[in-house]
Amino acid sequence: MIDPVLDSGNTAWLLAASALVLLMAPGLALFYGGLVRSKSVLNMMMMTFGSLAVIAVIWTLVGYSLAFGDDLGGGLLGDPTQFAGLGQLMGPDDIHPAGVPWILFAVFQGLFCVITGALVSGAIADRARFGAWLVFVAVWTLVVYAPVAHWVFDFSSGDHEGGWLANQVGLVDFAGGTAVEICSGASALALALVLGPRIGFGREPMRPHNLTLVMLGAGLLWFGWFGFNAGSALGASVDAAVVFTTTLLAGAGGALGWLLLERIRYGHGTSLGAASGLVAGLVAITPSCGSLSPTGAIVMGLVAGIVCALAVGLKYRWKYDDSLDVVGVHMVGGLIGTFGIGLIATAAAPTGVDGLLYGGGADQLGKQLLGGGVVLAYAFVVSGIIGLVIHKTMGFRIDEEHEVGGIDLAVHVESAYDLHGTSSSTTPGGLGT
Amino acid sequence: MKLVTAVVKPHKWEDVRVALESVGVTGMTVSEVSGYGRQKGHTEVYRGAEYEIALVPKIRIEIVVNDGDVDAVVDAITRSAHTGRIGDGKVWVQAVESAVRVRTGDKDDAAI
Repeated sequence: MIDPVLDSGNTAWLLAASALVLLMAPGLALFYGGLVRSKSVLNMMMMTFGSLAVIAVIWTLVGYSLAFGDDLGGGLLGDPTQFAGLGQLMGPDDIHPAGVPWILFAVFQGLFCVITGALVSGAIADRARFGAWLVFVAVWTLVVYAPVAHWVFDFSSGDHEGGWLANQVGLVDFAGGTAVEICSGASALALALVLGPRIGFGREPMRPHNLTLVMLGAGLLWFGWFGFNAGSALGASVDAAVVFTTTLLAGAGGALGWLLLERIRYGHGTSLGAASGLVAGLVAITPSCGSLSPTGAIVMGLVAGIVCALAVGLKYRWKYDDSLDVVGVHMVGGLIGTFGIGLIATAAAPTGVDGLLYGGGADQLGKQLLGGGVVLAYAFVVSGIIGLVIHKTMGFRIDEEHEVGGIDLAVHVESAYDLHGTSSSTTPGGLGT
Repeated sequence: MKLVTAVVKPHKWEDVRVALESVGVTGMTVSEVSGYGRQKGHTEVYRGAEYEIALVPKIRIEIVVNDGDVDAVVDAITRSAHTGRIGDGKVWVQAVESAVRVRTGDKDDAAI
């Protein structure tokens, strides 16, 4: 086998794409931050920024190696020591088969883990101890995300053995419908159940405090998603351009689908509906962005927008407080996208697979159902166990008084907004002491 | 002296101010407040969850006037804030015991 050589075009695109994926973190922080009440916006944003800091470190130390090291057996887990610390990937010959520096591939994958972890926090808004959250994210990276990423994203090549879903099963998941979306949604559901509902859930109105932040955050997520999906092509190529196109169209379809449903059910299309719908469309296209035609992407977006708009209502019926609808949007949207490949994939698209409706039979659909189901169950169970252990030992939830008074002040000793000059008065001797 | 307090619809506030100027009122205290009366609130829908929002935004105007000016001031507010629809607001008058102008120390009627 010829050693891969560096391709500067591919490398340039993947560098830019990685930065775009990083931008999804502040995008998500704005999206989530605007959705909570004003007394907890800083904590909501800090859960995302905290995930970013913790996961970047944990991923470098062991996470990447667990996910992308040589398989230890059965396609279940990579060798945790092979790339521990990433120092092994700094040489001029450490080039990924796609022609990009191997260390860049490692960082790009690490940023996927950052977003996935940060997404989970939406289920436990207003009520989680910050330290407990950081501990959860660190353990979850190693025990939940890294193994799942190994199964789904680590392809065998040369003498490197990868994960079981990608290689033995033949699951198609271009950018992480299972590893990112279903995984974050199922983990979120587990944590929502462990922590229990917010005080007043289902009784008191908990209006989003700033929908302009939500709109800006959704826009930044969409922008970053081009790096997430088209970057997953690992090259400046036609494949990347096709994926870029489907990513645009599914976001548009998702926004239209959600708005349409709102118009029919409530008589008004809302800004939050448009923002939620475009995210739902983007979630569904994440696994399928390399498998659909442009019109297929529109259909995928529309279906995700409509179904997710219905799915977010389930939490009130079943009484679990998934505060910002990580389950209704990311888990459900991820399932739609992952399963949808089995139905409307076309072999003309980069992944080269036909779905059931394109004459490919039910074979691929079966693989997609298996992959989606296994990741959902694994993430839910293991995240639930981690959450429970933290809850029973260090405590995962702030006390009632602090929750009612506002987590920003209680946990971070800050207020997000100072809108009245008089509220910043200090007591005598208070300033600077 | 009397304290005239009015709660009116926010979009009528500029009309009220102009009407008060025309009857010689040169100063007032204005606050943005919220509350409800017969108008009640409204329903907002966020991701399918319906919230009954009880409070309606209003403008509260407070003016201290000499006894002889009360009728003209109340009349100016009532005329200018009127739309005929529910939620137009209220005006009420209370007696004021004393007043002092901080800058000069002028008392009572001279302070107004």
